[in-house]
Amino acid sequence: MLEQQLLNALTLGSVYALFALGFTLVFGVLAVINLSHGAVFMVGSYVALALITHLQASLWVAMLGAMLASGIVGLLVDMLILKPLRARNAPHLIPMIATIGVGIMLTSAAQGLFGAEVLRFPEETLPAGEFVIGDVHVRALEIAIVAIAFLLMAVLFVALKRTQLGRALRAIAESPKAAWLLGINVEGLFHITSFAAAALGGIAGVLIGLNFNAITPFMGQPMLHKGIAVIILGGMGDIRGALIGGLFLGFAEVISKAYLSSQMGDAVAFGLLFLILLVRPSGLFGRKLERKA
Amino acid sequence: MSANLLSIRNVGKRFGGLHVLQDVSFEVPAGSIYGLIGPNGAGKTTVFNLITGLLEPTAGHIDFQGDSLVGLEPHRITHKGIARTFQNIRIFKEMDLLENVMVGMHDHLDYGGFGLFFNSPACRAAEKRARERARELLSWVGLDKKADMLADNLSYGDQRKLEFARALATEPKLLLLDEPVAGMNPSEKTILMEEINNIRNRGYGVFMIEHDMRFVMGLCDRIAVLNFGRIIAEGTPDEVRTNPDVIEAYLGKEDE
Amino acid sequence: MEWLTANFGDFWSTYSTLVFSVGVHAMLALSIWLTLSCGLLSLANAAFMGIGAYVSALLTLNLGWSFPAVLLAGGVAPAAVALLIGAPVLRLSGVYLAMATLAFGEVVRITVLNLEITGGPEGLNGIPLSTEGWHIALLLALTIYGLARLRRSKVGRAFEAIKEDEVAARLMGINVDRYKLLAFTLGGFIAGVAGALNAHFTFFISPREYGFENAVDILTMAVLGGVSDLIGPMLGAAILTLLPELLRSLHDFRSLVNGAVLVLVVLFLPKGIWEPRRIRAWFQRMIGGRA
Repeated sequence: MLEQQLLNALTLGSVYALFALGFTLVFGVLAVINLSHGAVFMVGSYVALALITHLQASLWVAMLGAMLASGIVGLLVDMLILKPLRARNAPHLIPMIATIGVGIMLTSAAQGLFGAEVLRFPEETLPAGEFVIGDVHVRALEIAIVAIAFLLMAVLFVALKRTQLGRALRAIAESPKAAWLLGINVEGLFHITSFAAAALGGIAGVLIGLNFNAITPFMGQPMLHKGIAVIILGGMGDIRGALIGGLFLGFAEVISKAYLSSQMGDAVAFGLLFLILLVRPSGLFGRKLERKA
Repeated sequence: MSANLLSIRNVGKRFGGLHVLQDVSFEVPAGSIYGLIGPNGAGKTTVFNLITGLLEPTAGHIDFQGDSLVGLEPHRITHKGIARTFQNIRIFKEMDLLENVMVGMHDHLDYGGFGLFFNSPACRAAEKRARERARELLSWVGLDKKADMLADNLSYGDQRKLEFARALATEPKLLLLDEPVAGMNPSEKTILMEEINNIRNRGYGVFMIEHDMRFVMGLCDRIAVLNFGRIIAEGTPDEVRTNPDVIEAYLGKEDE
Repeated sequence: MEWLTANFGDFWSTYSTLVFSVGVHAMLALSIWLTLSCGLLSLANAAFMGIGAYVSALLTLNLGWSFPAVLLAGGVAPAAVALLIGAPVLRLSGVYLAMATLAFGEVVRITVLNLEITGGPEGLNGIPLSTEGWHIALLLALTIYGLARLRRSKVGRAFEAIKEDEVAARLMGINVDRYKLLAFTLGGFIAGVAGALNAHFTFFISPREYGFENAVDILTMAVLGGVSDLIGPMLGAAILTLLPELLRSLHDFRSLVNGAVLVLVVLFLPKGIWEPRRIRAWFQRMIGGRA
């Protein structure tokens, strides 16, 4: 059933886009590939789960808590690791390697604290209800996921386009040095960006956790790979590209899983990604946002 | 000796809509020192980048000893006998001086993977010859005592000298020098002037970009003047010095 | 003496796999050292290792090739793949190269996961235990010897020059593209041989062993040890192989230490543990202090 598949694709794609937005934002502003973004995504879903199961928080509070907690993780990574590396002008691959280490630490910590087994949200916390439109079954949960994802993305877009903060961020993306000379608090904005990006990653984790109702310490890894695929599709550092790329990947994945084997779907995505990198490293949809690394 | 080493004919370079060079033509004769001067942003370094293959001209011909250089990769052009130094020194800072110079000999060490792996006598001999030659080149520029030092620890002037020696190690027929005396004091300049003269006397052709008028006028056999991407004068230092266009476009302002 | 041999026998039966692993990991760390020494961050080495492991295991199981022949094939196969994808991939630099090689690794892993001949997610079982200690020792020694020769030749100097300044290297007459391809392919060969050795002492291989985490593990070894010379990566390999054994009591938190090591090294020992220049200086200070 194509309509049902398209709905699944939209749900997945919107979360991929949300996840990739944070990822690409960090690359655009800090010029760092933050490979701990997948682990931060995982942290978000565990925080929400813990809030719900241990503190009986409502789903909405849990989501806010997850955003806050993962945002703080992102902020700490920036302050404790990326900042010293910036200060000593480390070659641009070094911060990326450091964030790999952070990812391993977070994954391992989650495994130690919560175990390796799959955890689930209690059924009663999930938004219940289902609509039937024609042949298509629409879960309220899916509507909520798509709505939250698009709402957050809209907020981010408006913030970047319309506010003083957004203008400052775009100036930094062009050239941190020039931005600094213009009197912009570059370090402060690096912190804010790291926080916001991680918060988006964390909420994406909650949404995926809800959608499949499955949380494991290792859920961040495949998501990270998808995030990489998305920002390469969309052009690294390109905000609009991440949105289009995320939706595109969602559709590509669902469709190829429906019509090819389920696992080969992933291979197709990565094969495509590999080819795009070879042919057009600036991305399929992206304008080139390039900064001398 | 009258044959032209390098011949540049009607060369143009455009970046997008911007004409950086237009209809540039001049000839660099063998066994001479040739100078290219002009105000900042006139396109001088672009000329070097075109000759060494880092950029491709959008129009015109660049011939070296009768062979076209256009479209050749940089390492092939080096192989044909052109070496250069950079305005903003580009030595290998994490290597010692000897290694820096030996990198320049890369093309002239012809042992294969087999000889390398088994440390064949031919390979050993080639490496030994290269090391000796590298020491010789370092002593030419007065750095032989520092051969084992890390290049990063050299003073600015010494770094320029090292870059010199490294360029010579490629065994060029033509040496391109991009602002060789930038940042040097008068006594260093005098020494360098002698060294460049020595290099010419050893049979190399020298082609330099330089801002320092006294240095250029005192050293070069011929000079071309580039302004806004065009050659506005060409000739002996005396001819250039008295050329009214040059005085107006360049020297007049420089003296202010 | 009898006591010693008996105890050694005990030790060996318990720890031989661990010692074998140190050797194989040392080869892997050296394989990534090779590309790093050329300034390339490639995350394809785990995939190359996997290709070597699967090709060799399949040749052993299905065609009954002799052990030396499968080892060679285990190296040649990934080297051929590296040669094939190298020309387009190596045009990329920096993070783009890292991402492309990561994507390549995923393609390899997922392909292996889905092919019938490779046993899918269950992997291959019952690979004969042909690898003996001296095989690993010999091949590791050959690798060290070969790389040491390389380092002291025009090839090693060309790698270093490319790493420091590609443009300057080109203008020294170095065919940069060819040397990058050489580093990439040779790295693939060494990783493949290591994979073949590994497959023939673990009895069993599965796609899970050749994914992103493994690529990162290999990188971590080199980063931890330091890439100033050949000793660094091997030291890193030994530490990261033995560390989990020493930290058994930490159970699930074990790999937390791996991550922390990576972060701390990057922050506080940017050149790795083994940095000859620093160690020499420290040593001289010690002697000077005593005199």
